[in-house]
Amino acid sequence: MLLSLDKVTTYYGQMRILEGISLQVGEGELVCLLGGNASGKSTTLKTVLGVVTPRSGRVLLDDKDVTGWPVPQRIARGIAIVPENRRLFGQMTVRENLEMGAVLRHREKLDDDFDRVHALFPRLLERRNQLAGTLSGGEQQMVAMGRALMSRPRLLLMDEPSMGLSPALVQQNFQIISEVHQSGVAVLVVEQNAAMALSIADRGYVLSTGEIVLTGSAAELLRSEDLKRAYLGR
Amino acid sequence: MSFFLQELVNGVTTGALYALIALGFSMVYGVLKLLNFAHGDLYMVGGYIGFFIIRWFGGAAKLFIPVPLLVTIMFVAAAVVVGGLGVAMERFAYRPLRNAPRIAPLITAIGISFFLENAALLLFGAQYRVYNTPDFISYSSGIQIGSVSIDSVQIMVLVMGLFIMIGLQQLINRTKLGKQMRAVAADREAAEMFGINVNFTIAAVFFLGSALAGVAGVMAGLLFNTVYNTIGFLAGLKAFTAAVVGGIGSIPGAMLGGLMIGIAESFITGYISSIYVDLIVFGILIVVMLVRPTGLLGRAQLQKV
Repeated sequence: MLLSLDKVTTYYGQMRILEGISLQVGEGELVCLLGGNASGKSTTLKTVLGVVTPRSGRVLLDDKDVTGWPVPQRIARGIAIVPENRRLFGQMTVRENLEMGAVLRHREKLDDDFDRVHALFPRLLERRNQLAGTLSGGEQQMVAMGRALMSRPRLLLMDEPSMGLSPALVQQNFQIISEVHQSGVAVLVVEQNAAMALSIADRGYVLSTGEIVLTGSAAELLRSEDLKRAYLGR
Repeated sequence: MSFFLQELVNGVTTGALYALIALGFSMVYGVLKLLNFAHGDLYMVGGYIGFFIIRWFGGAAKLFIPVPLLVTIMFVAAAVVVGGLGVAMERFAYRPLRNAPRIAPLITAIGISFFLENAALLLFGAQYRVYNTPDFISYSSGIQIGSVSIDSVQIMVLVMGLFIMIGLQQLINRTKLGKQMRAVAADREAAEMFGINVNFTIAAVFFLGSALAGVAGVMAGLLFNTVYNTIGFLAGLKAFTAAVVGGIGSIPGAMLGGLMIGIAESFITGYISSIYVDLIVFGILIVVMLVRPTGLLGRAQLQKV
């Protein structure tokens, strides 16, 4: 299994955010993690990346325990993130932003990495010397995706890709995620927009106040009454 | 006219010195959003290091090594030792407070400032330490353009200042380390998410900024001759003023602010009176803050949505 969380419990100070979460993402799979506000979705991604360390439970990459590992080593093993709100370096150029996604890569490979990302997003080549903060929302999303793909990840973590985008851009964005997935990259996408996420996902998990309350194939979840209840009914 | 030009040269020289201190101040603010009030005291330590090196090599009048070598050793030693001191300061005082409310590191900075000033008093004594620069670099050894004279220490300060500033600008804009510094300054958590070693990057900023202050301390010793344990206080405030006037966090801003403050001081001394120097310099700070709160080259934070 590419990624497994095994009974992960995470605290921020005194506050328990995740309560015994277990989930899996297989090689090349597109899995979505659904849930409302403050259900622990972002924390789950941060735990996978290593920004947050769980109090108990294990994080496994390729069946290897990486729970105590720092972020750079996990990136080197093939994880990358598109953070919530994109978090671009606004005062840096598009090219520099992409470079920041490849700080751990060897210098000789950098040109290949740029070519690969530019092939996916030709617009970023045109805009390479423009400050990222001056781009349109859609272009900024491309920079955020491109930056994550620079390190040639096998598992892409996406935190709320639809946030702050117009419906047309959300559509376009999910199209891109789908393309990246089809190129063989596994994706774990966190989303509030359940219908959109499930339309491209293989499987899904539903989080509610730090616990996984529902899981199944995308098709099952789309039909599920429990999903509606998890969101609306409590 | 020649008086004007002479004052301008003197002002640019002092300004280069303020700019070097202001740069470190501004860089540290850039990555940590911390006003490092101990920064001026690093400059003081640099001044002492220069003094003791002159003494170790025989004293100003009886040097047993060539002057260019002596000066090189002074600058390198001050840069390395003060740079290291800055790194230690960050490691042991500021890093533990990285996630504390902003007031905590600020008060710590003031505490470190007192600590350094009093440690210097204890270690080096209360007496003024004198470089006696004219004993080994003659004031008449510079160049004379019309009635304007620029002595060799001034030339050295100006040339070094220029090269350091160009070099720093290149480092920040072109190198991998420089880009990582900007990324950490812009969004520390995002930088961490891409595998940038945030602790190392912040330490590197402290090393560079502190080394510049150390170099400025040696320059000040050579220019003004005297070093004592509290010279860092006023110099730190002036550098703070320079950084804020230029736009805090901005590298070109710190350079511009430093030059402006130096030139203003020189003209005030020349045309009005040295008594009013500090009054007017800090007056400039207030006026700039009222008219342009982000400083001359500072930018309002880009909206991140």
